[in-house]
Amino acid sequence: MKPAITVFLKEVTENLRDRKTVFNALVMGPLLGPLFFVMMMSFVITKQLDSAEKPLEVPVVGAEHAPNLVAWLQRQGMLVQPAPDDAEAAVREREAKAVLRIPADYATHWRAGETAQVEVLFDSSDQDGRAPVARLTGLLEAYGRTQSALRVAARGLHPALLQPVAVAERDVASTQQRAGQLLSFLPYLLILGAFLGGMYLAIDTTAGERERQSLEPLLASPASRAEIVLGKLGATFGFAMVSMMLSLVAFAVAFQYIPLDRLGMKVEFGPALILRAGLLMLPLALSFAALQTVVAAYAKSYREAQTYLSLLMLLPMIPSVILMVSPMKGELWMAAVPLLSQNVLIMELARGEVVELARFALSFGATLALAVALVWAAVRIYHREQLAVSA
Amino acid sequence: MIEVRDLHKAFGKVQAVDGVSFRAQDGQITGLLGPNGAGKTTSLRMLYTLMKPDSGQVVVDGVDAAKDPEAVRRRLGVLPDSRGLYKRLTSRENIRYFGRLHGLDDALIAQRTEALSQALEMGDIIDRRTEGFSQGQRVKTAIARALVHDPRNVILDEPTNGLDVMATRAMRRFLLQLRAEGRCVLFSSHIMQEVAALCDRIVIIAHGRVVAEGAADELRAMTGETNLEDAFVKAIGTEEGLMA
Repeated sequence: MKPAITVFLKEVTENLRDRKTVFNALVMGPLLGPLFFVMMMSFVITKQLDSAEKPLEVPVVGAEHAPNLVAWLQRQGMLVQPAPDDAEAAVREREAKAVLRIPADYATHWRAGETAQVEVLFDSSDQDGRAPVARLTGLLEAYGRTQSALRVAARGLHPALLQPVAVAERDVASTQQRAGQLLSFLPYLLILGAFLGGMYLAIDTTAGERERQSLEPLLASPASRAEIVLGKLGATFGFAMVSMMLSLVAFAVAFQYIPLDRLGMKVEFGPALILRAGLLMLPLALSFAALQTVVAAYAKSYREAQTYLSLLMLLPMIPSVILMVSPMKGELWMAAVPLLSQNVLIMELARGEVVELARFALSFGATLALAVALVWAAVRIYHREQLAVSA
Repeated sequence: MIEVRDLHKAFGKVQAVDGVSFRAQDGQITGLLGPNGAGKTTSLRMLYTLMKPDSGQVVVDGVDAAKDPEAVRRRLGVLPDSRGLYKRLTSRENIRYFGRLHGLDDALIAQRTEALSQALEMGDIIDRRTEGFSQGQRVKTAIARALVHDPRNVILDEPTNGLDVMATRAMRRFLLQLRAEGRCVLFSSHIMQEVAALCDRIVIIAHGRVVAEGAADELRAMTGETNLEDAFVKAIGTEEGLMA
């Protein structure tokens, strides 16, 4: 095994001296995801909190037809604004998110004890308008309920008569589980990180070494081809793991700066999660390193290897995207599928759920079996005669 | 000592090597002479076990390459056709890497590097990163790297390719020194004058076959030509490939 270690150390030394590789694999790769995430989340949260806490401002057309209603709305904290000239246009131009229109016959219907209609004008394609519209309709319905209760009570009946069924909503999700949605991208970013972290080395140590004409002297040394490829693979795997672990740590730091508690959510992103997720990712990172070595060794040139591996990068996206679009319940068989199992189990870990040892071991074992098969393939491909010669 | 018996190698339909046999003795310089595309590089590649022959045998110091390729590679110092260096490592680190691959300890590697650095006059470049090296500096480093384990047998594929006059002369002196140390030196070339000036024995290869073999005088006698160049042309039967 000594030659393999020699090859490993040389590849690591050489690539650590390459500023571009170090920057890509160990700085930009691991930090870009968390940084992007913090910025995105902070933006979303600030916006949500803004729209929920800001006083509701609604222009009212025909306020004079229902002074009691308007006065009640104002007591609830709504700021009544003067009516625009053209209510529809104002909403369409997004000058107002919602407009309340009270028709002239409101009072007539009201006094007759009939249903009096009011209109809420809104634009359903306006994302920002959803929260104010929901708050306004909520207020109007609340007003309606108060008034009907008063009318029923005035006739000597019990207000409960109007509400045969009462719905009480109880959210059983923990604060950590509620944050789960936000974390659905986490396995994907980790998997991508493990793939990208080793990609440059996989190309540089195989197709790159051949293109620089140093592979033939290397193969003429007494080191066996298996030892040479294992050393190279080890270096690729090492960079991928370090890159991914840095990414995990960066996420842990990033979560400190996101005000999730203000949304009633919590993410416990501590050493326990980092270690467990890292352990789940380990055999997958090894599989990637071996697969990349096989593909890069098969390619005729550096450029060709780059093209192949860029295409291959789509592969780890598939399960992540499927799970993002249609989340599935974590079933046992999923733990046996490499790539899918990392997605499912890391999600569960991030949600603070308990991942049983059996599923953890199944994921680790199945992916490790895949990794061993791919490492074997990489060793095989290094025994091909064309490997050293084509140039 | 290197012995090659009836080597054959085909790539698809092209028969690159078609029955090459020769022997390179210790304390001698043996030259493989032949036009471009004659099968010299392929023969050498089978010799240092980069390729497996379709048939035939390679024996180095009595070790059969088919049975124990690693032991054969251990006995050989090889300067292959492609001689790329690791440009982010210094010359010394390039040499050390190969020393370690040969299983030498660092003290011995340092001692060998010192000796080779002196013999090849590379004291001014030994601790520089190899990026931007001239062709001559690169070849020196590649040779030092190939000889770090002090092999009995040295194989060089077109060692003077791309070298200027001064570097070529230095290279010739170095080959003669290797011979004086009692090593078996085998090198290939398509330059007739070079082979004539250096070699104790000449093996002429054309179209994948050995067409003539012997000392320069023997070759002249064999072909009935007084001029070695004419002898060479007569032996390979054509002037094709000689103008490279």
